[in-house]
Amino acid sequence: MKEEIIIAGFGGQGVLSMGKILAYCAIMQDMEVTWMPSYGPEMRGGTANVCVIISDKKISSPIVTKYDTVIALNQQSLDKFEASVKPGGLLIYDPNGINNPPTRTDIKICRIDAINVAAQVGNSKVYNMAVMGAFLKMKPIISFENIDKGLAKCIPARYADLISLNKAAIEEGMNAVEEI
Amino acid sequence: MAEKILMKGNEAIAISAIRNGADGYFGYPITPQSEVMETLMKERPWLTTGMVVLQAESETSSINMVYGGACCGKKVMTSSSSPGISLMCEGISYLAGAELPCVVVNCQRGGPGLGTIQASQSDYNQCVKGGGHGDYNAIVLAPASAQDMYDHVDLGFDLAFKYRTPVIILADGIIGQMMEKVELREEKPRMTAEQIREIAPWATTGKPKDRQYNVITSLAMESDVHEKFNQKLGAKYAQIRENEVRYETYMADDAEYIFVAFGCSSRICEAVVDILREEGIKAGLLRPVTLFPFPTVKLAELSEKVKSMMSIELNMGQMVDDVRLAVNGKCPVGFYGRQGGNIFTPEEIVAEFKKFNNLK
Amino acid sequence: MNIEDIKKPENIVYKKSALLTDTPMHYCPGCSHGTVHKLVAEVIEEMGIQEETIAISPVGCSVFAYNYIDVDWQQAAHGRAPALATATKRLMPEKYVFTYQGDGDLASIGTAEIIHACSRGENIVVIFINNGIYGMTGGQMAPTTLLGMKTATTPYGRDAKLNGFPLVLAPMIAQLDGTAFITRQAVHTAAAARKAKAAIKKAFEYSQKGIGLSFVEIVSTCNSGWKMSPVAANKWMVENMFPKYPLGDIKDVLKQE
Repeated sequence: MKEEIIIAGFGGQGVLSMGKILAYCAIMQDMEVTWMPSYGPEMRGGTANVCVIISDKKISSPIVTKYDTVIALNQQSLDKFEASVKPGGLLIYDPNGINNPPTRTDIKICRIDAINVAAQVGNSKVYNMAVMGAFLKMKPIISFENIDKGLAKCIPARYADLISLNKAAIEEGMNAVEEI
Repeated sequence: MAEKILMKGNEAIAISAIRNGADGYFGYPITPQSEVMETLMKERPWLTTGMVVLQAESETSSINMVYGGACCGKKVMTSSSSPGISLMCEGISYLAGAELPCVVVNCQRGGPGLGTIQASQSDYNQCVKGGGHGDYNAIVLAPASAQDMYDHVDLGFDLAFKYRTPVIILADGIIGQMMEKVELREEKPRMTAEQIREIAPWATTGKPKDRQYNVITSLAMESDVHEKFNQKLGAKYAQIRENEVRYETYMADDAEYIFVAFGCSSRICEAVVDILREEGIKAGLLRPVTLFPFPTVKLAELSEKVKSMMSIELNMGQMVDDVRLAVNGKCPVGFYGRQGGNIFTPEEIVAEFKKFNNLK
Repeated sequence: MNIEDIKKPENIVYKKSALLTDTPMHYCPGCSHGTVHKLVAEVIEEMGIQEETIAISPVGCSVFAYNYIDVDWQQAAHGRAPALATATKRLMPEKYVFTYQGDGDLASIGTAEIIHACSRGENIVVIFINNGIYGMTGGQMAPTTLLGMKTATTPYGRDAKLNGFPLVLAPMIAQLDGTAFITRQAVHTAAAARKAKAAIKKAFEYSQKGIGLSFVEIVSTCNSGWKMSPVAANKWMVENMFPKYPLGDIKDVLKQE
């Protein structure tokens, strides 16, 4: 099993931390991971992206140009990475603010209205967990037990109350994702 | 089982320093390695192990703080990225000249000049061939993963004290910024004053009644004295070449074609080897873990049985010179590189490989 | 009184500090370095801190200071002594750490290091020899060279338009919160040397109080560089250097008003 994912969006959408949580959940499942961000001025409110590779074998190149899954959370990211989905791969996008939706027909395309999910859960900060829920619904590569463990690793004990909030967002994200 | 933590290569450097008994870190912020000092400041090791962490006013000052700390027989280190390392080269020359142990991390970005903050391997010549003035070498380690970053701090200090020499960990923006699983090895305490006196009797720890006073200097004004000193350093480097070569191979045993790559490039070349093997082409990889000393003997040995070699680097072709020297004309040596923060893809390297070897 | 009588302990009125080595000094006759070395050695001996002292020599004439005082020495790259001292003191806070630097080392190439060590309030002692010239390299202009003063690189005299003005460092660093004691002394007379020694001793004492950096500037002569006899150099210093670099304490955070 090897899953190569890129998550891209605005700085502040929790792109990097979603990648980190996803990677930690995979570690809990005893898998190998790499998490490679774009870095530099892009961090300052522009677009940010992170490439996460999850594999049951040692990972060689942390740099890939074609992805099993592209998660695009704004128009720029969608424009930039739609072509990078491997044929037969998965593209997840948030329709909010998207004027030009994806057009490819050789891949699976899903929408997740994560802003709405986060609002329902009651905290805009769990936006990225709604997106992660959508991904894990479409690619159930990590067990619920290990998602719990991964969250616990990433969220300090003093914010334990946030774990249930994050879990709720993941679950709602799983329910809300729609395949087009 | 030891705990495994997801962390950036840069964070691994910091955590490893604390856990391996480093006494001091002196640094100056520069992308893409600022997480090293940020992590140390967040961890506040002065409250636990007693490790000193200080943000200096410049890289120049950082490396000279390292010099001062090393004079005291302490395990001291700094980290920076390419332009900062240029500033430190004077100090590294002094450290080599005064035979002082220390660890310097270079998380390379592209140059020359201010260049780019994106990853690069264009300081190979600077770090491996000296960089500062005079006839010296630093031991150069080339980590290829976050785990290597963690492990090379400890290895670096061991080698630095064993040979009384600066050790450079030559990483890059990818290895520094990428998060991977890191196994935390068993902790090592900081050296006690007694241990320092034993392991570093030359150190300036304050002159007791029962020994001559210690002087740490790289100055030797008399030609014959200085010549002898240069020859002593030369003999030390010969010993390092003899004893400390480290490398890894991947599918190299039956290989007809060898890639030579270090750091992040070696990771990408592993994927290249996999692709070529699937096509039935017997490719293999040699990854130098030490760039000084360079795995010259191993490359010479491989050159006798392969059709060609190719050096893959994120620069305009630097390590390839050392590969050519090792191969000494025994087989063709090619080069492919990218610059400016652009990273080659495995497919791109496969295409260049086939072009070089006239394969389809 | 014959020579044997003179050597009897009860008759000795003056002797070399036990911390001064027997190595003949390389300094020119008349140079201030020898006197300042003696004062530093005496202070360390009298305070009984030989074992607790780490000294740092600069680049310049006093690079070889390590040949003359019997303590552990680090020899720094040009201008960087305060960086070495910073690390040494922070790693071994119980030790007395001092740098010994000339005006080229401290006030030219090493301004960043000295100012930031002052600003951070490093608990070290800095001995600053200001003779307004580069001695070792053959008498070139220093940042502290006076206007009109002739040096190898100002052969017609220092001209402010061409070479800028003399850098007066002590009052600048006195403004920094991290400094505890800033003083300017000289060693051209016995009385001046006694005062300088007291200042050096105070600086060493302050460095263990955790109140910041202590800085002792010694306005000095370089009779070789100035191309004068030692006597003439002393006179010239009093008449020309002291007006620009007046002696006395500039800052003492523990002094009661």
